[in-house]
Amino acid sequence: MLRLEQVSMSVNQNNGDNKEILHNIDLEFDAGKLYAITGPNGGGKTSLAKVIMGIYGLSSGRIYLNDEDITDLTVTERARKGIAYAFQQPPRFKGLTVSDLLKIADSELDIIGLRKSLRDVGLCPEDYLDRDVGPGLSGGEMKRIEIAQVLARRATVSIFDEPEAGVDLWTIQRLIGIIVNRYKDNPNNTAIIITHNENVLPICDEIIVLEEGRIRSRGTYEEIWPLIRDEIECKRRLECRGEMGYEIQ
Amino acid sequence: MKFSEIDASLLSTIANITEVPSGAVNIRKDGQPLIRMSSPNITINPKQDKPGIDVIVKPGTKGESVHIPVIVTKAGLQDLVYNTFEIGEDADVTIIAGCGIHNDSHQNSGHDGIHEFIIKPGARVRYVEKHYGAGSGSGKRVLNPTTIVRMGRGSYAEMELVQIRGVDDTYRKTMGYMEDKAYLKIVERLLTHNEQKAQSEIEINIEGQDASAQILSRSVAQDSSYQVFKAAMIGKAACTGHVECDSIIMGNAIIKAIPSLVAENSEAVLTHEAAIGKIAGEQLIKLMSLGLTETEAINTIIEGFLR
Repeated sequence: MLRLEQVSMSVNQNNGDNKEILHNIDLEFDAGKLYAITGPNGGGKTSLAKVIMGIYGLSSGRIYLNDEDITDLTVTERARKGIAYAFQQPPRFKGLTVSDLLKIADSELDIIGLRKSLRDVGLCPEDYLDRDVGPGLSGGEMKRIEIAQVLARRATVSIFDEPEAGVDLWTIQRLIGIIVNRYKDNPNNTAIIITHNENVLPICDEIIVLEEGRIRSRGTYEEIWPLIRDEIECKRRLECRGEMGYEIQ
Repeated sequence: MKFSEIDASLLSTIANITEVPSGAVNIRKDGQPLIRMSSPNITINPKQDKPGIDVIVKPGTKGESVHIPVIVTKAGLQDLVYNTFEIGEDADVTIIAGCGIHNDSHQNSGHDGIHEFIIKPGARVRYVEKHYGAGSGSGKRVLNPTTIVRMGRGSYAEMELVQIRGVDDTYRKTMGYMEDKAYLKIVERLLTHNEQKAQSEIEINIEGQDASAQILSRSVAQDSSYQVFKAAMIGKAACTGHVECDSIIMGNAIIKAIPSLVAENSEAVLTHEAAIGKIAGEQLIKLMSLGLTETEAINTIIEGFLR
């Protein structure tokens, strides 16, 4: 369904040098499967998602969707071909309402569809449909509205970038349930979830661990979890003792 | 009555009129009255000493509306009109105004509308004024509105002043004088493009105790257009006032936003916010990821911002 061949991506640094963020990534995502991409912060997970969506350009490699080369397509063209991306930090808009964004995501949504889209992500339609997607919404509300838009796209490949971030524990379970129902064993779709949440990993068919822009390992939950569990526990212990400068999410 | 195609297009754009509306109406075309009708509670009389009308709303009139759009389709016409609105005590009405100019010639066409509102104690008014220019001529479409609002004790006014598109030159002046417990909200939305120039000056004098005023301005300046926005909130009593101007700048446009607060009483609470910036790249990418082209995304953002 979606295939990445030898994908590399670089950014220009302030000193004028190029820094490679992704190194020769080979990946294939099949229909009817749920994928998790995990790994330490700064490992290239969001960059990989943005490369697939066309937000970042490649320095080398090719990307294929259903065997069609989409490497040179714009973000708009990729969206119309069936790729959707739920931003990790969705932008806010002055004057555009939740209903406006959902209708852009799916122009055929009627009022019943709009209401269902919001209920699916745990938001009360009466309270949110006419609200501006602006500073008045919390991070968690923004996140749920973002996910509702991607679900409304009914895309071939849907990428969710840390859907759990900023969302309360009750809603996370609901969102995971919706994603599983929508994508798992669906022969026409696939979903890729970028996550740091241990609870998301077991529901996925395959887990890809990305570290320093390279695929460190990939496999089923049963294969991957033992490999990363000890490391996560170790980091937690170090963090508790104040020996690490960052936190595990 | 059937409007010509051009008249219908202008009236529909500025006042959402597709047929003669019910209630009190005064449609002015090319400096002359086209339709004038009073209603039992709202009287429209021509002024005797100068061009224009007096609109008198009886005290206690509720839920009625007045339509007073102006259209200019004659090349080279410089229309000038003085309109006075007297809103009786405890009335609650909506006034739909606006001006549309269609100019297919090389001569400039213009309309200067001087509106004075006398809002009696306890009365409520919602006023909507849209300005729009159309036509293929190189002659300018010029609109210079002056609005003076005098608000009695406990009165309420919401004024929506909008310039949609196609107005080459505008100088807008709005002044407010407020007595005790009056509330005034002015929302101005302005779009300029090409070489257009727009200057807007708003001055609100809050003279009464516990009165409150808000000026909210949203503008978009595209291409090489030029905008100046000056908003002065003057608190002369224990009152509250807020000025907010927010602009999107594009291309080679220039925007000057000059909010000003003057407190002449130690109990006056006056605040302002001002921001000018371009459309954020993240916003464009977000909408493009939902399938819009870059142009569609820009138009969607602008449309929402000016809504």
